[in-house]
Amino acid sequence: MSDVVIKVENVGKQYHLGKVGTGTIANDLNRWWHIARGKEDPYLKIGSVNDRTSKSSINDIVWAVKDISFEVKQGEVLGIIGKNGAGKSTLLKILSRVTAPTTGDIKVKGRIASLLEVGTGFHPDLSGRENIFLNGAILGMTQKEIKSKFDEIVDFSGVERYIDTPVKRYSSGMYVRLAFAVAAHLEPEILIVDEVLAVGDAEFQKKCLGKMKDVSGQGRTVIFVSHNMAAVKGLCTQGIILRNGNLMFSGDAESACSSYLGSSMQLAGDSLIDRKDRQGTGSIRIEELFFIGKSGNVLNTLISGEYAKLIFKYKKIVIGSIKPLFIGITIRNDSDVIQTVIATDELGISVEIEKEDGLIEVEIPEVLLRGGMYSVTFQISYKANQMASHEIIDRVENAMYFQVERGDYWSVGNINRPTGYLQQASIIFK
Amino acid sequence: MQQKQDWDLVIKPKNKWYDIDLAALWKYRDLLLLLVRRDFVAVYKQTILGPLWLFIQPIITSITFTVIFGRLAKMSTDGNPPILFYMAGITLWTYFADCLTKTSNTFIANAGVFGKVYFPRLIIPLSVLVSNLIKLGIQLLIFLIVWIYYLNSASQTINPHWEYMWLIPVLIFMMAGLGLGFGILISSLTTKYRDLTFLVGFGVQLMMYASSIVLPISSMPPKVKAIMLFNPLTSIIEAFKFIFLGSGSFEGLWLVYGFGFMVVIVSIAIIVFSKVEKSFMDTV
Repeated sequence: MSDVVIKVENVGKQYHLGKVGTGTIANDLNRWWHIARGKEDPYLKIGSVNDRTSKSSINDIVWAVKDISFEVKQGEVLGIIGKNGAGKSTLLKILSRVTAPTTGDIKVKGRIASLLEVGTGFHPDLSGRENIFLNGAILGMTQKEIKSKFDEIVDFSGVERYIDTPVKRYSSGMYVRLAFAVAAHLEPEILIVDEVLAVGDAEFQKKCLGKMKDVSGQGRTVIFVSHNMAAVKGLCTQGIILRNGNLMFSGDAESACSSYLGSSMQLAGDSLIDRKDRQGTGSIRIEELFFIGKSGNVLNTLISGEYAKLIFKYKKIVIGSIKPLFIGITIRNDSDVIQTVIATDELGISVEIEKEDGLIEVEIPEVLLRGGMYSVTFQISYKANQMASHEIIDRVENAMYFQVERGDYWSVGNINRPTGYLQQASIIFK
Repeated sequence: MQQKQDWDLVIKPKNKWYDIDLAALWKYRDLLLLLVRRDFVAVYKQTILGPLWLFIQPIITSITFTVIFGRLAKMSTDGNPPILFYMAGITLWTYFADCLTKTSNTFIANAGVFGKVYFPRLIIPLSVLVSNLIKLGIQLLIFLIVWIYYLNSASQTINPHWEYMWLIPVLIFMMAGLGLGFGILISSLTTKYRDLTFLVGFGVQLMMYASSIVLPISSMPPKVKAIMLFNPLTSIIEAFKFIFLGSGSFEGLWLVYGFGFMVVIVSIAIIVFSKVEKSFMDTV
């Protein structure tokens, strides 16, 4: 098959930490001398743990991405998923030729256009019209192409009235809309998009997503980076996961998303006690968190409509009782969208913890979530009085992940659809 | 192996030193034109006189030189009317100086754009060359007006060498080449070590005095003259004055040397530039 349009082979990119300038000229000469004699770069140590976030690394060299290999076929929409610092942006920069890789190579078939930012090269003093042409040319369009699409671009941006006004007088929303409109009308065979969709109001975002869908629908190849799982799922056909600069997973978008959550879940599985990403004073700490069923058995998977009990095992470090306490539990779906919240103050429950350790049991008579993967974020806080703000005692984001299996909640013999929560409703015909 | 030919583009850690993609430059020619347009439109937005400034600048410089060097310091102008003499030097010199200073910060000034989108980086310095060429055209026009005035006035003696007139475009081309060469070389070197940016300002000033703009080469002792001629700009400026004013010395061999110098510096500069452009984003 020769419909592979991008072939990435063993791509790596290395950065030097610290200042460029004083002291580096000697290193530079030394390195140059070694390479000139055909020796290895003396400052390039391979085999050390590649963790960009750890501060105690001995090396002043870091691999932003390392040994990445994947292929993209024509017409595919590839989502690149990863946490901050996983190397997504570096990979995009290499793909869009802003910077060269340190190792490996990338082979590309067709014209690439990259959108790492909207409005690149906009000149504040020029009018919207002039900037459309300039920006279009920077992105690789010819003047003829821009001219033929000019009306479409203006229409899409919705800034028709201000098209002859210098863009420095635009509101930031107008500016971004105009900039995206130009970018959206590029017609490359391969489009590389960074999280530019995080701009504009909801309506405009929807328009952009729609436009991107159009692009991919025309048999063009798109590479898309986002934190937004819903967008990745909705748009992409394929997905890869990066972690600490390494390729963790490559496959279809759906399984990439769940694998991403799975890998975070693994992180959560490190057991709650060991989690380092806690917030709060820590005078009370939740040490374990799990679901049990009616008979007291630990549940790994919940079933829609059935009973479950969420158990918090806590330990109090300070002496004496703390009150008034508030406990909040947030349940998010796999697109990181909040599905529901359970809060003690809302339920009218006043909380007081006296014992040094014990259990907090949250009883859920019927799980009203549809099938899918969900996460639990909890927060225990203290509030001295009505006016005071919450003082966080213990809070862990995505402390636990759990799966909900689709059930037959309405008892009609039909399995419920996935996604969302179950809404009680009756339908009457009149 | 057979598939290898199918790829339109291969992104590699390093390119071969001679790997300069002229086809890509040509493909982006529209961008070059738009950048030139931007240079003109943007600079004179919100000014009252607008493009008139293009005329005012060289006239004022020439008058200043005439007053300071001609009237006050009474320096030799090879028997030419001072204003014409200085104008001849300044016109060509300004082109070189502008090209050099504006291209010498290509990478630093455009880091924002370069960091986000790819296009052949050479487009930017080339657009500087072209937009300055238009400015040069305007200044040349002013010079020609003054020149024609003196040509027709009986009291002054200027003897243009019409037979060498065809050399003028070559001289301009050489100036452009030298400006571009030095400019992008400096720009490539400053991505990592900024020191050179401080030198550019007064380096250009110094070079002006070492290029027979102010002092004609004929008024110098032979030793200094020989040294001056190693500066390729000297022979270009002298040739320019020789052709239009009939004064100055026309050193054919030095002109050939200047041309060779220009070709070498441009080649080196482009090779260094295209090497640096691949990864300068990491250091700039």
